[in-house]
Amino acid sequence: MIHGPHIDWFALAAVNSLLAAAALALLSAVLVPGPLRRPVAASLCALGYAAATGFAIALYVRSPHGHGVVVDAFRRDRLAELAGIILAGSGLLATAISYRERMREHHGEYYALLAAAGGGMLFFVGTNNLMTLFLGLEWFSICLYILCAIDRDRLGGLEAALKYLVIGGFGSAVLLFGSALVYGATGQLGFGAISAAGHAHDSLLVFGLAMIIAGLAFKASAAPFHMWTPDVYEGAPTPVTAFMAAATKAAALVVTLRLLVTAFPGEAHLWTVALAAIAVCSLVIGNLAALVQKGVKRMLAYSSISQAGFMLIAVSANSNLGARALLFYLVPYAAMSLGSFAVVAARERELGVPVTFENMAGFGWERPLLGVSMWAFMLGFAGFPLTGGFVGKFYAFAAAYEHGWTWLVIVGVLATLVSLYYYLGLVRAMFMRRTEDLQLAPIGGSPPRDALLQTAVVACLVVTVGSFFAVQPLIDLARHAANSLSF
Amino acid sequence: MTTLLILLPLAAALVIWVLPLNDISAGALALLAALVEVGLWIQLLVRYDFAQGGLQFAQERAWFSDLHVSYHVGVYGFSVWLVGLTVVAMAAAIAYGFWVGRDRVRAYMGLMLFLTGAIVGVFTAQDLLLFYAFFEAMMIPLYILVGVWGGPGRLGATLKFVLYTMAGSLLMLASIIVYGLSQNTFDLTQIGQSSSDWVFLGFVAAFAIKAPLFPLHGWLPDAYRESSPEVAAILSGVVSKAAAYGFLRIAIAKFPEPVQHYRAPILALAAIGLIYGSLLAFRAPDIRGVIAYSSLAQMGLITMGLFAVNDLGFDGAVLQMVNHGLVSAALFLLAGMVERRTLTGELTRLGGMARGRPALATVLITTGVIALAVPLSSAFAGEFLILAGVFRQGWGWSVVGAVAIVLAAAYVLRLISAVLHRDVGPAVSDSALDLRPAELGVVVPLVACLLALSAWPAAITEHSFRNDRGQTDVSQGFK
Repeated sequence: MIHGPHIDWFALAAVNSLLAAAALALLSAVLVPGPLRRPVAASLCALGYAAATGFAIALYVRSPHGHGVVVDAFRRDRLAELAGIILAGSGLLATAISYRERMREHHGEYYALLAAAGGGMLFFVGTNNLMTLFLGLEWFSICLYILCAIDRDRLGGLEAALKYLVIGGFGSAVLLFGSALVYGATGQLGFGAISAAGHAHDSLLVFGLAMIIAGLAFKASAAPFHMWTPDVYEGAPTPVTAFMAAATKAAALVVTLRLLVTAFPGEAHLWTVALAAIAVCSLVIGNLAALVQKGVKRMLAYSSISQAGFMLIAVSANSNLGARALLFYLVPYAAMSLGSFAVVAARERELGVPVTFENMAGFGWERPLLGVSMWAFMLGFAGFPLTGGFVGKFYAFAAAYEHGWTWLVIVGVLATLVSLYYYLGLVRAMFMRRTEDLQLAPIGGSPPRDALLQTAVVACLVVTVGSFFAVQPLIDLARHAANSLSF
Repeated sequence: MTTLLILLPLAAALVIWVLPLNDISAGALALLAALVEVGLWIQLLVRYDFAQGGLQFAQERAWFSDLHVSYHVGVYGFSVWLVGLTVVAMAAAIAYGFWVGRDRVRAYMGLMLFLTGAIVGVFTAQDLLLFYAFFEAMMIPLYILVGVWGGPGRLGATLKFVLYTMAGSLLMLASIIVYGLSQNTFDLTQIGQSSSDWVFLGFVAAFAIKAPLFPLHGWLPDAYRESSPEVAAILSGVVSKAAAYGFLRIAIAKFPEPVQHYRAPILALAAIGLIYGSLLAFRAPDIRGVIAYSSLAQMGLITMGLFAVNDLGFDGAVLQMVNHGLVSAALFLLAGMVERRTLTGELTRLGGMARGRPALATVLITTGVIALAVPLSSAFAGEFLILAGVFRQGWGWSVVGAVAIVLAAAYVLRLISAVLHRDVGPAVSDSALDLRPAELGVVVPLVACLLALSAWPAAITEHSFRNDRGQTDVSQGFK
């Protein structure tokens, strides 16, 4: 008889509720009759996410002192739970955005995969050794590969999924190989144990660390590991893109922070510089490439690369302030990403063609709610006041300055300046061109009402703007979460 | 009180955006809010204790405490006048927009009110980050106001305007981060003085672009020409004063040593801008061009007064900020009124409008005469003080200033004669009416304020700084 380890089921409740939702949604694909399938599957998915959010909040409240569970493979601490709240909230909104997406079939599978991907991410942010790290990564990645391709009729979707699969698989392989090297150097898999093993100047360890960083940067779509991002974001169904942009990135960045701070404090002098370099690369490449995009989804994809750069600035500071900056930034960032892709999805459904700057003309006046929300999201990405994006950037720059990297602040500021051109370019397209300039007539009369999507966009707007005013409560949450790491 | 001044227009903007009002009631509500705002400011003016001076009506609440950033607002003597300029000019602009009947009234009026709140915020913020937030928040409505309701070249104009000003603002953000974190507070009333040249230059970059100072004025002619007249009035009359205010409140007050180092180059740029702007104004082919470049010149003059760093210079600069704000707002609105009648602003196609239009002629000449600083006018008082102040930094600066005043007379008189006198221009039809009562209602209050200031310029010069000693206030960094 094998004695299983003690399992703190409560710590895994959020993950498990999503897994349960996924299983039930999958069953609904078989058991529920056709017309009811979509509402049932979507509600199950939404319920799963709502329960996960609730559990994550409860866990956050009840885990003031972080500790490992399941033989220390998984951390139950406020960092994981705050990230969990952000991820589960994003999933809930993504479910709402997905509901009216034009999909002929596979509703049950879609929502099952969406819930399963969220479960994987919630697991991923709590991982505490290299094995579970890889497990979590693959868990949500595989769900996302399929989600990209779920609409088999869309060639773009298939191409995106294949690209994502190949490059994502490559990224995972790099991460796995890096983990193997680290294990080889230290003989340990647990994050704490790797740090305690103390092989500070072992070249094997350094090499492994570099490969792990590269693998995580693939997932965070930070340059120069970003090549897949624009194509995948463009080709995937827009609600999936929204979820990927918000949640995948958030999860990857939180794990990067946790892994580097807990497992490699001895190599901080190396990885801080490496992350700063990746951040600068992302800022430069993301911003310059976004300048010339014509498609809105591609522009947002490059913008998400540059946003990853800003958030990596915070991580590279290797300080409590930096961790706070990252965790704070993730809140408005997730809201802005979800919201902006949701608006794109709404426009896409209206027109039936890919959304470009050209055919956003006049959108702001036609659909004031979505237009004004998009305006706010763009201002938020650009770091204007009255949005949480401003405070997030401010914190990230403050962390870089505190670390002694004023040059990084300057780079960030210049990148922000460049980014204005395309963020405000979208606002210009929406509001400053007349509807008569529009080439394409919307298909079939008045646009379909989509209360769920609009509710989701309004929720994103509230978070984006609210996080500017309610900085103190959010930063308190972030501080408690950051305190679970020891700097 | 101060918070109310900021929040009232913002709340009114929200109400107008959210409620499904018709055009008339939306415009009327906006105008009402703007007038209530003026009333509030009069309350502030009456209740501000000028004998005591210093920061009053201060309100403070922590915003995020780990980096020591707070919501801290309040007014100094000179900010009372700048807030007054803002609310009066904004009320006139909103009234004009209402009367002209801009399309998409709710969006338009909401944005104008939002802008009012943001500008009042700039003049009252006592926390660096809050100041920055308001400074940037001004850009949000301006971008849309110029870009949507502007002329045919508006897209290029807004792009240039935004990229120029944001370049400066973001450098200022870097400076704010470095300055605030190194001093461990962002509170302007507590933060110590700094001797860092780089941080100082970051602030100067932002303000020099916003003002603008030569050679950073590339955005100015397009933005002023392409925006609607009332927005141009606000841009040149009020928004540019935010930059001058920033020079005074932050750059000069907090960086005494760098000011010493960079005084000569900044004065030189201001002087070049003064002469160059005046010359361009004299050469400009249209009404808006004349006013736009005269703005460049006047901002140069105000900057000279500020960087004289003495009592006379500060007093003169504050007086001239209010003067120029009112003059330029009135002139841009008048330009709009002329353009509505003739469909063009080109001076060669105008002329002879005085005949049969006494109200237009009277108002335009009165404003113009004040603009060219004839003795007894408030602008004369302001310019005299500035020149006297800058004289102490070297007589050469005053000579430049005096030459520019002669040039100002030249371009203003050219403007007046080209619009009102000479032969009737091809664009002026006989049926073009004199100013309507509503138009007079918009522009006469501005002129009345100017006349009142002409009668008693000391209202501002003696009620701006504690004990009427700007230099002491500044040297203590307005603590």
